[in-house]
Amino acid sequence: MLSKTVILGLETSCDDTAAAVVANGRNILSNVVSSQDSLHHRFGGVVPEVASRRHLEIINPLIDEAMSKAGISLQEIDGIAVSYGPGLVGSLLVGVSIAKALSYALDIPLIPVNHLEGHIYANFLTGSIITFPLVCLVVSGGHTSLLYVEGHGKIEVLGKTRDDAAGEVFDKIARALDLGFPGGPVIERHAQQGDSSVLSFPRALMGEDGKMDFSFSGVKTAVLNYIRMEQEKGSRTDIYALSAAFQDAVVEVLVDKSFMAARQKEAKQFLLAGGVAANGELRRRLRVKLEAEGIEVVAPPVELCTDNGAMVAAAGYYYLRRGIRANWDLNAVPSLEVGQ
Amino acid sequence: MPVIILESHSQEQTRKIGRFLGERILSGTVITLNGELGAGKTVLAKGVGEGLGIKKAITSPSFVLMNIYHGRFNFYHFDFYRLEEEEELWELGLEEYFYDEGVVLVEWADKFIDSLPATRLDICIEKSKDNLENGRILYFIPQGKFDLTVLEELESQCFC
Repeated sequence: MLSKTVILGLETSCDDTAAAVVANGRNILSNVVSSQDSLHHRFGGVVPEVASRRHLEIINPLIDEAMSKAGISLQEIDGIAVSYGPGLVGSLLVGVSIAKALSYALDIPLIPVNHLEGHIYANFLTGSIITFPLVCLVVSGGHTSLLYVEGHGKIEVLGKTRDDAAGEVFDKIARALDLGFPGGPVIERHAQQGDSSVLSFPRALMGEDGKMDFSFSGVKTAVLNYIRMEQEKGSRTDIYALSAAFQDAVVEVLVDKSFMAARQKEAKQFLLAGGVAANGELRRRLRVKLEAEGIEVVAPPVELCTDNGAMVAAAGYYYLRRGIRANWDLNAVPSLEVGQ
Repeated sequence: MPVIILESHSQEQTRKIGRFLGERILSGTVITLNGELGAGKTVLAKGVGEGLGIKKAITSPSFVLMNIYHGRFNFYHFDFYRLEEEEELWELGLEEYFYDEGVVLVEWADKFIDSLPATRLDICIEKSKDNLENGRILYFIPQGKFDLTVLEELESQCFC
């Protein structure tokens, strides 16, 4: 029988507490996420204090659940991978501390995973064969980054947002329209019933040759101003058309820059990652545009797009194979950068 | 207490105003920024950061709550947008930064204004009613023992 390496992955960088057990960086034995959306719904956003307190309360039972669903004991784990940044410091510390304690007690490697790089590895859990070099778009509430991945550990940032992240703008617009949190799914649902051609919002930094940075604060302000003007005129905003036109503006920029990056880097594959990767319109339009050029698009299922422990465990497996381990002085690094 | 009012007709102008401030403020300065979503708080903050000699792009801290940059001084860029309870400020370690060497800038500071030092510069950005897209009115309100010379210079400067 082939030897099997089993990694426990812990993720507490933002609003989700998550634990997962993954074998050989590919096979998910268990993947448990305590989505706190129910708690955050009423606040219209992530509430950090509540988040870190909840992380602390539920991380132990969550790990127990991940172990029992995987059908193995802690003694059978070969390493503990944990997101140590970027993220909210209080939240990150919960994961880092428990990972240290467990790896010390079990005498197994502690593997420090960059949360953003972790998102890339969600794609290794899809069953697709991943071929380097590739380009990955990590797009979520806190990040919008285009990454060039030449191989494991060889990651370069091609472009990132200069102001707001794409997911943040979805959340802020949803809040302005009183649609609740998180903004992505609710705006997508409304957009499906709206005609995007009725309105048009600006696409920033489009077509600037070679520039792969993003800017979403302009479209945010334009949509907010539109809502306010409609209110002042006393007319009722067509939320469906507005959602469709707003989503269209964001998706078009994301697809355009992704296409430019993949072509320039002669990527064989294009990977999607992060919470906004769950957006159906983004997936559809990326596939149409990139696959026409012979670039395969891989996207994880929704539960692996949003923050989860399985992606951390998968990344941890490949880190460990490269000999990456942390010492006991591992700390949370809120502004950790890719490749740092 | 004198209030200085400036008009801005573009993001670039707002940024210039921020840059002018950033070039002149001293370590220990606390600035608050208020104004509705899309008023241009982060645009002004970008300018302040540039004035402090920061090379890195200054991005919205709404999601991460705070960013630290290194320029002439350290620049601590906070955002209270998502915070609900005052306790959360202490969990962020906010207080430590007020007494550290560096400049603190807080977006959406109104939510917990009483938790901030008495000496500070409050800036409020309003969208101009007849030009929602680009027109902005900026109010500079010195509080406590805030050094007025910076504001006098600001008032006499043209940012066209």
